[in-house]
Amino acid sequence: MASLDDLKKRISSVKSTQKITKAMKMVAASKLRRAQESAEKGRPYSDKMNNIILNLSNSISDKENSPKLLSGSGEDKVHLCVVMTSDRGLCGGFNTNIIKKAKVYFQKILDEGKNLKIITVGSKGYDQLKRTYKDNIIEKISFKESKYANYFDADKVGKIIIDRFEKKEFDVCTIFYNQFKNVITQIPQEQQIIPLKNSESKENSSDDNYEFEPEEDEILSNLLPKNISTQIFKAMLENSASEQGSRMSAMDNATRNAGEMVDKLTIQYNRSRQAAITKELIEIISGAESL
Amino acid sequence: MSEGFKLEIVNPESSFLSKEGVTEVVVPAFEGDMGILKDHISIISFLKPGLVRIFDGSNEETYYVDDGIVEFKNNCLSILTSNIFDIKKMDKNVARDALAKAEQDNQKKDISDQNKYLIDQKIEVLKNLTLN
Repeated sequence: MASLDDLKKRISSVKSTQKITKAMKMVAASKLRRAQESAEKGRPYSDKMNNIILNLSNSISDKENSPKLLSGSGEDKVHLCVVMTSDRGLCGGFNTNIIKKAKVYFQKILDEGKNLKIITVGSKGYDQLKRTYKDNIIEKISFKESKYANYFDADKVGKIIIDRFEKKEFDVCTIFYNQFKNVITQIPQEQQIIPLKNSESKENSSDDNYEFEPEEDEILSNLLPKNISTQIFKAMLENSASEQGSRMSAMDNATRNAGEMVDKLTIQYNRSRQAAITKELIEIISGAESL
Repeated sequence: MSEGFKLEIVNPESSFLSKEGVTEVVVPAFEGDMGILKDHISIISFLKPGLVRIFDGSNEETYYVDDGIVEFKNNCLSILTSNIFDIKKMDKNVARDALAKAEQDNQKKDISDQNKYLIDQKIEVLKNLTLN
């Protein structure tokens, strides 16, 4: 049995841990509100962009000569995966969930005998992947210094991807991120951005005849690179909201666990204190009786 | 039945402006300024740097955009842009900085004709803005 002093020390250390997790929860909660707001505000833009591209690609007449970013390079050999994670830890299963999802995909690619290239965005993803996939990681990007997800950063990532695509370094590009559903649920997503898959939101596309100015091809070739950045930006926004949500619930759990632990330790402390008192009393009484 | 149509301006960070009952919008389309009235044919076009003018009855609002895409469909005009300023609230210094940067870009030798055209447009618009 631990001595009274030890128990006292443990209780106070658990209490101070609880204070930290509580504070982190509060910080995450206030950041979450902001991140959630911007994620929701950012959705119209990316949705609209998607819609326009969908309409454009539906009405494009010459499918064979359409821009490579839309139709792909015609091959399926080298896959580029952009894994988007956070830069900070202590956010529950947030990073692990993305990595898990990505690893399943990586395995599939490798089993099919294709080439795999990885770009990690956020340092936590790199830390988790470097052990297994060190040779596959071609670039690591981290935006530690920017406080909030912004379009400028997303554009940088987008440019890197497009640059590599134009150098024919890969054929298919997929991004991994967490979609924010609510505070407790974040869904890891994989989204193929090159070539563009337009399976989703089919019902939104209409057979409207659009007038284009300039020509469709020209609009598309200008729009597609922008769309990549927009999709990345969307992923970043969703990610940052998910990160804060995940951290908030993780810290909430930690605070509660710490509370339970303090209760348990306090009971143990009181019991052993009582035991010690009883022991002393017995000693005194039996001493008096023997006189 | 309202006389106007719906206008939405969104940038990546948020929905910048949403308005019902707009009577006319003049956008700086890539191949020249383009006025859009109600029941315009569905159209998708690009923007070059310039001014977006929104007429709403007797009111007029003017915004500066760097680039963007416009889509008009079913009497709903969407403008997607990454950079937009209300010129009434626009800081002259911001405009001057942008102008200086554009002029610097213009000095570069390896720009394509298309970019050159865009930058020339930008310089012209910004010059007008900074003068007023």
